[in-house]
Formats: sequence, C-alpha cells, structure tokens
Amino acid sequence: MTAVKCIDLCKTYRQGEQEIKALDHVDLDVERGGFVCLSAPSGGGKTTLLNAIGGLDIPDSGQVWIAGTRIDNMSKSELARLRLTQIGFVFQAYNLIPVLTAKENVEFVMQVQGVPARDRAKLALEILDEVGLAGLDGRRPAEMSGGQQQRVAVARALVSRPALVLADEPTANLDSHSADGLMELFVELNRNHQTTFVIATHDQRVMAYAKRLIKMLDGRIVGDIRQHEH
Amino acid sequence: MNITLRLAWRNLWRHSRRTWLTLGAMAFSNILLVFMISLQFGMYGMMIDNTLRVMTGHLQVQAEGYKDEHKMRQTVPDIAELAASLRRDLELERVAPRALAFALASSSDRTYGLQIAGVDPARESLVSSIPGLVRTGNYLAAGDAAEIVIGSVLARNLRVGTGDEVTLLGSGLDGSFAAAVVTVSGIFETGVVELDRGLAEVPLGFFQDVFFMEGAGHQVVIAARDLDEAALLTERTRELVADNPGLVVHDWDALQPGLRQAIKADMSSAFFMYGILVILVAFSVLNTQLMSVLERTREFGIVMALGISPGRLGRLVLLETALMGFMGFVGGAVLGALVTGWFAANGFSYPGMDELTANFNLPSRVYPPVAFLPTVIGPLVVYFFSMVSALYPALRLNWLQPVEAMRAA
Ligand SMILES: Nc1ncnc2c1ncn2[C@@H]1O[C@H](COP(=O)(O)OP(=O)(O)OP(=O)(O)O)[C@@H](O)[C@H]1O
Ligand SMILES: [Mg+2]
Repeated sequence: MTAVKCIDLCKTYRQGEQEIKALDHVDLDVERGGFVCLSAPSGGGKTTLLNAIGGLDIPDSGQVWIAGTRIDNMSKSELARLRLTQIGFVFQAYNLIPVLTAKENVEFVMQVQGVPARDRAKLALEILDEVGLAGLDGRRPAEMSGGQQQRVAVARALVSRPALVLADEPTANLDSHSADGLMELFVELNRNHQTTFVIATHDQRVMAYAKRLIKMLDGRIVGDIRQHEH
Repeated sequence: MNITLRLAWRNLWRHSRRTWLTLGAMAFSNILLVFMISLQFGMYGMMIDNTLRVMTGHLQVQAEGYKDEHKMRQTVPDIAELAASLRRDLELERVAPRALAFALASSSDRTYGLQIAGVDPARESLVSSIPGLVRTGNYLAAGDAAEIVIGSVLARNLRVGTGDEVTLLGSGLDGSFAAAVVTVSGIFETGVVELDRGLAEVPLGFFQDVFFMEGAGHQVVIAARDLDEAALLTERTRELVADNPGLVVHDWDALQPGLRQAIKADMSSAFFMYGILVILVAFSVLNTQLMSVLERTREFGIVMALGISPGRLGRLVLLETALMGFMGFVGGAVLGALVTGWFAANGFSYPGMDELTANFNLPSRVYPPVAFLPTVIGPLVVYFFSMVSALYPALRLNWLQPVEAMRAA
C-alpha cells in the first residue's frame, strides 16, 4: 500500500509581479515503510511539498493521498485530527513551547492524543533517552542548545509511533555524531515499525541513510534514485 | 498538576509585569466594588431601619382607606384590645396602638397646627425612637394623665417648656368640638424637622376621651428586628386579621413608598458607575489577552501544525484568563472585605456626607457591614466580564493558518 501519493501537485506563490512555482506538477508515490530523502537547493520546494503532504497547506491543484485517503479536500479539523493521530512532524525550525520542559513538551502532545496519564511520563522519558537527551528532561528550550531542542522536537514527533514521519532538515543543527545517532533511530523505527519517513535535507550524511533519494529543483522532481536497502 | 493547567499558569507569568498590572486593575476595582457595594447596602439598611424606627414601624394594621385618605373616621375599633391580641398571637412585645388627629395647640401667646398622636406610653418606646429622643423633661408616664410631649421646634415656636400648659383644639370622631388642656411633660428632638415642628404625643386613653374615640384608634404599629422578620410578621398578621372586615395590613414599603424609590434611584446611578468600572477592567483584560495571543502566533501555529485544534488552544487562553480572574477575584474579595471590615469597626464618612445622610435621618458616620453577597457580587461580575472579553482572543485562533503563523516572527 502507498503511504503517500501526490498527483500533479502545483503551488504558485505570487511575490508582486513575480510568480514563484514552489511546486510544479509534482507526482510522487511513497510505499509504506519507505525511507525517502528529498534533496534540493534552498528554495527548491522541499518545505512546500512536506506541508502539502501533511495537509498544512492546500495545493493550488492536484491531489494528496495519505494511507489511501484523499486529504486535499478535507476540512481543517479533519486535517488536524489526521496530523495528530497519523503524522509526526519535525519542522525546519525546532518549534517547542518555551514555558514547558523537554519532557512536558513531549507529554503535552501525548495528552492531546489521548495517551493515558500514567503512560505519558514513562514514554516521554524513554523517547528522550532514545534521541540522546537522557537527563535533560527537566530543561526548558531556552536552557538547551539548538541541536538539543531539535532532538526534543524529534522526540515529540516520534513518541506516539506515527505511521508517517515528515521531517524538515532534522539534522540542521546537529554535529555529525548526533546526526548519525538520530538517523540510526529513524532507521530502527523504519525497520521495526514499518514507519514511513520523508525527510527534506541537503545534508549528505542524511542522504546516505535513504533507501530512495528524490531530487527537486525549482518545484520539479528532477531525480528519483533507489539506493541500498538498510 | 495537569499539564494544561501548568502550561496556562506558566504562560501567565511569561510577561509577569503585564499580568501583575492586569491583576492589579482587577483587584483594585474589585476592592472598590466590594467596599462601595457594602457601604451602599449598609446605608440602605440603615436608611430603611432609621426611617421606620422613628414612628412607622415595619407594618401597621389600619382601617381600609386610612393610609391614603387619613380620614378621622376610618378607625380600627377597640384598638387596645386588638393590639393586645396581636401581641399574644404573634408572641411579640413590639406591638403598639395609636390614634391620630389634627389639632391646634395654643400657648398663652401663639397657636400652631400639629399632628397629635395618642399612644400607649408603656409600649410606644418598643415601636418608636421618639420616647428615647426626649431631651428635656420626661416621656409620658403610664396611665391616661393629661400630659403631652412635643417636638423641640414646636416648643420654641409656642415658647413653652416642661411644666407649661398647652390648649388643644380639634374635632372629635363624631365631628363635635374637642378641647383639652395638657401639661408639657417632655420635649423631644428627632432631627427630622417636620416631626420636631409638627408632632405631639399624648396617652391613648386621654386621646380617646378628648376626641370621643370610644376605644377606637387608627394604627396598630408592629416593629420587627429586621426586614426578613418584617416579611414574616406581615404575613402572619394578615392571617390574624383576615376575619376582621375593614382592616388591612400595610408593610413598610406601602407605608413609606418614597423609601424604595430613593433607594432605586440611588442604586441605578451607582450601578451606572460600577458598570463603567467593570467595562474598563474588561478592556484591560481584552488588551492583555489579545497581546498575549498575538505574540504567541508562531507558537500556536506550531502546535496547530502538530494537530492540536484551535478550540483546544482557545480553551487554553480562556483557562489563562480564568486563572487570572480567579486570583483577581480572591484577592479583590479578601482585600475588599478587609477594607470594609476596617470601616465597619471604625466608621466611614466623607466631606459632605452629613448633608446627604441627614435627609434620611442617618448618622454622619456609616459602619458598612461585611456581608457575603456585597462581597462577592462585584468581583463575580468582574470575573464574568473578564471571561467574556477573553472570548474574542480565544475565538480568533480559529482563523489562524498554521503555515503562515509559523512564519511569523
Ligand atoms: N509564503 C510564501 N510566500 C511567497 N513565496 C514563498 C512562500 N513560501 C515559499 N515561497 C517560495 O517558494 C519557493 C519554495 O520554498 P520552500 O520553502 O518550499 O523551499 P525549501 O526547499 O524548503 O528551501 P530551504 O532549503 O531554504 O528551506 C521558494 O522560492 C520560496 O521563496
Ligand atoms: Mg525549507
């Protein structure tokens, strides 16, 4: 079954007189358990595509299907429900709630997802441990480095084991050791839970982990390379 | 503590100075409201009490029509017996009979018109403050002696003192000529000019002889401890006189219609001011919560992108307001009660208040009572309107677009 299917997606931004084609007739299929890297130069349309797949942004034309359900015509609240229950998002800028600690940031989403209270603390600590933040669970975002904050955001996206993870530059602020650690966590989830990953990056180290590498340029897919299996 | 509650609480203190300022405005207006409303209710209570205590009592049994027409012949027959039976049936001492007539009072050189009341000397002090306001001489002695107590202004006008004689001229119940000579036993001073100038009291038995009343009178006056008891007594008295045709029971509101009107007028002007105060606080809350939502646009965009609904975020904003409102409520009500309590012990007065209070026969220092309702009503209204004004910032979140919001600085 396909986890993600995009059919003829177009999205145009208008900047004054200029028209920017952020997505230019994009067709994409990602099978369940896929591990896809989107690579493009800056401004190539990676974030726009991820937002369209996650139902954050409605494309001008074309269709988006997630796990066999068409989502581009869903209502806002249906889309919110979909993201909450099926998709783990890691945004380009690590986006934590500043007044909550690392652990609370992870727990807050779980609470909204309806995870029972007694399980939340345990799950939060486990996932923070897995992203390499053991012992930092009581810190607030302002008390952590950029890379540490990014890993909290990853922990928040992964904790409820979503079927699909959309990650936008997840390693942008990480040293190569932490980046490897994070990618190994992704690979493990992909292998053990059949989690589908779509990762936007221009980090060579990340691309090395991908089973499939998709290259974009100016909103178009210009390359689709199947790499090794893990 | 629940994580949403924790989040709301910490969000409040992100801009602690702003929160303190809003809380300050809330608490300050609550303190003001608690004090003003307590003072106001206290004044109304005293106004009613003091007005009724002079002579009117909390209720009266009268002949039908007497209240409005004041005709001498609209009498209550065998009034002393009726008063005694009511006293027995109500198990209440504060029941006194009265008869009233208009008469001319003359001293050796002057004559004035006055209202003359025949009272039961032993009972009158239980339903009226006038016996206690005798400044010179004594109040009427028990019995039916030819004695009179008059107001201080009348005494001055007639140029009489205690022990002097006054001649009364009037017409009796049957229309015949009524006249008597009485000795001034005491002079009272109520501070209410109409009474001090135009009222005199004689023993009921003597009155009935002079005016040919044949045992009749005009009012059985009943005094209550407070307005709640008054309502109860009115009801029971109505039942007790129900089988006496021609008799009616009037409560204080019917006897002193001006009182409630004065209170209503005063209330509406006061509540107008309170309304403005509440609106100002509500706008301050609106401003604070709107700012706090706007500056979190990006943050809200992110959590919405994670799939958290705008409704849940709106509830978070309302929860923050509710927490702030709760603190303002408790702080304001407690401090307001303390301030009121201080004045309850030490009295409150402001320049010019004596003029206002004298009209209602009030003392110039007011001791506002601390009571539950006046303490919570103002803060409750402030709380309610704070929540209402947080609705707009909360509902605005429904129009937030996550992607755009995340771009916001
Ligand atoms: N809201 C917007 N308004 C106008 N133009 C936009 C908007 N969002 C994106 N664009 C434009 O669309 C194009 C694609 O943007 P996008 O953010 O998808 O690129 P990206 O591949 O994620 O780049 P980067 O690697 O820098 O994050 C860019 O040219 C960008 O300027
Ligand atoms: Mg991008």
